[in-house]
Amino acid sequence: MPVRGVRVEIQDLTHRYSARSPLTFEKVNLEARQGEAIAIIGRSGCGKSTLLHILAGLLRPTSGTVKLDDVLVEKPSPRWVMMFQAPHLFPWMRVSQNVGIGLHFAGWNDTKKHERVAEAIDLVNLQEFAENNVQDLSGGQQQRVALARSLVMEPELLLLDEPFSALDAFTRAAMQRDVRSITKRLGINLVIVTHDIDEAVLMADRALIMAGSPGKIYDELEVDLPDPRERQDPAVQAMRARLMEAFHTAAGTPSPDVAGSNGSDEPELEEGESSKPRIEIAGKSAGIGSRK
Amino acid sequence: MTSVVAPAGALAFPHLKSPGVRRLVYGVVGLSIMLIIWELGTLLLDLNPATRTFTTFGPGPTFRAFPTLIEDGSIYKAVVASGYRMGFGLFIAIAIGIPIGILMGRSKRFREMSNSPFQLLRMISPLAWMPLAVIVYPEWDQAIIFLIAIASVWPIAFATAAGLAKIDPAWFKVARNLGARATHMLTQVMLPAIAFDVLTGIRLALGVAWIVLVPAELLGVTSGLGYAIKDARETLSYSHLTAMVLVIGVIGYFLDSVCVVLIKRYSWHHRGA
Ligand SMILES: Nc1ncnc2c1ncn2[C@@H]1O[C@H](COP(=O)(O)OP(=O)(O)OP(=O)(O)O)[C@@H](O)[C@H]1O
Ligand SMILES: [Mg+2]
Repeated sequence: MPVRGVRVEIQDLTHRYSARSPLTFEKVNLEARQGEAIAIIGRSGCGKSTLLHILAGLLRPTSGTVKLDDVLVEKPSPRWVMMFQAPHLFPWMRVSQNVGIGLHFAGWNDTKKHERVAEAIDLVNLQEFAENNVQDLSGGQQQRVALARSLVMEPELLLLDEPFSALDAFTRAAMQRDVRSITKRLGINLVIVTHDIDEAVLMADRALIMAGSPGKIYDELEVDLPDPRERQDPAVQAMRARLMEAFHTAAGTPSPDVAGSNGSDEPELEEGESSKPRIEIAGKSAGIGSRK
Repeated sequence: MTSVVAPAGALAFPHLKSPGVRRLVYGVVGLSIMLIIWELGTLLLDLNPATRTFTTFGPGPTFRAFPTLIEDGSIYKAVVASGYRMGFGLFIAIAIGIPIGILMGRSKRFREMSNSPFQLLRMISPLAWMPLAVIVYPEWDQAIIFLIAIASVWPIAFATAAGLAKIDPAWFKVARNLGARATHMLTQVMLPAIAFDVLTGIRLALGVAWIVLVPAELLGVTSGLGYAIKDARETLSYSHLTAMVLVIGVIGYFLDSVCVVLIKRYSWHHRGA
């Protein structure tokens, strides 16, 4: 799949759900370089999902604009694709059909479609499950199908809304590593919304802190770390501590002593929708990023 | 692959482990028991001189009646006439029932407004419409088609609405996100999502329609399975009567089985969940 990437330009974005409801967020500005991975962290309700829906063209802003290389984002498009917290696969379709559905919508012929679908399934390491019923897959595998379903469109911008929060720690770590390496390798721009500071440190080139009501971007931090990033790496730990502090400063909450944190005590700032963790062998996906 | 644990009964008959073979064998056994009871009943009638004339209702005379009924085309003609009414009536019920069901499922206002009248209409026996249908429609065929349609529209509409209620709204969002147009939403998301429920509704409707059809044909018309029964009674050819009753049962069972196969084919609900 060819290398892509766009310049993302968000200008004075303001949103409210209806004339009577308060502003969800206001005056959000952001410029992202080609292929840059941006993480947005912030407390529940500050408007992160709403912002992402606007970037995906699924919602219209009240004012302001989103541009990708001077193309205005006004409606959904295969060029900017969103991946949700839950996989939301179509249970009446097999894995390969789920992955190919976007190409089907775009009117691709079967031969070309099969080729591209096989490539995307390869990327997420699900070759042996291609013809399985999606309901027979584990949560992590299902989320990987959802990832392939997005990647198959060869988007320039991939938007992730807490996509791994329902997964167990092993699977989540594997997915974080894989998504970063795949998008980096393909040159895809990434915007990921998360509650998880570790996730931001492990996946992003830059972290934005969103807070307040209406939401605003309070602070940003360049996450300038080499790849591959390991949780235990002191440089990663130090970045985590800085981000944690910036987050608490923005939120106006007392900053806990993060110096001694080993990264597993409080990875989550808020309880996400908790779902029963599923056991999966983390090694299953270990090879994806390193694939040529 | 999940391992199939043999049910306790299969241990005694290891060859019955395969569910297909098992169903077939038990089906044949069940039908044989039914035949035996039928035959025993006939023997009882035979014991009493007062009822001896009715032994032509027994399985022997009934099966002996088939060659004649097949040769003179009376089964064929009756099935075609009844099938036409059934098919037409069901077609109308599906064409009206599915859109009504979609409206009920998608519009809260429509659902709340239509609930009482629909529940009320649903509870009116289709045969209660009979005199009205006969007055309104100039032809018997039309009246019967109307009765079948009005009997089968409700299960289809309610099942369609129930299917829509189970749709995950996120499916539409995902589809839109991946570039689906309105026709895709219908053909790739909505219809496959509700196919199972709609087919279940059609199966119920078919059962009701088949039950309504025969009594409706007992009046007025001069063709069809109901008429064939009435005609056999009036001409005192009892073996023909039971043969026709048997045909009704067999065809009904066959149609229901077709529905079951289709329901299985379009069911995506997880086996284990
Ligand atoms: N469809 C809607 N209609 C009206 N208000 C909404 C709607 N969706 C969200 N909101 C409100 O907008 C605000 C921002 O919601 P949003 O889902 O964007 O927050 P979030 O930052 O993604 O939160 P979380 O971290 O819990 O996912 C919240 O106060 C929420 O109540
Ligand atoms: Mg959210």
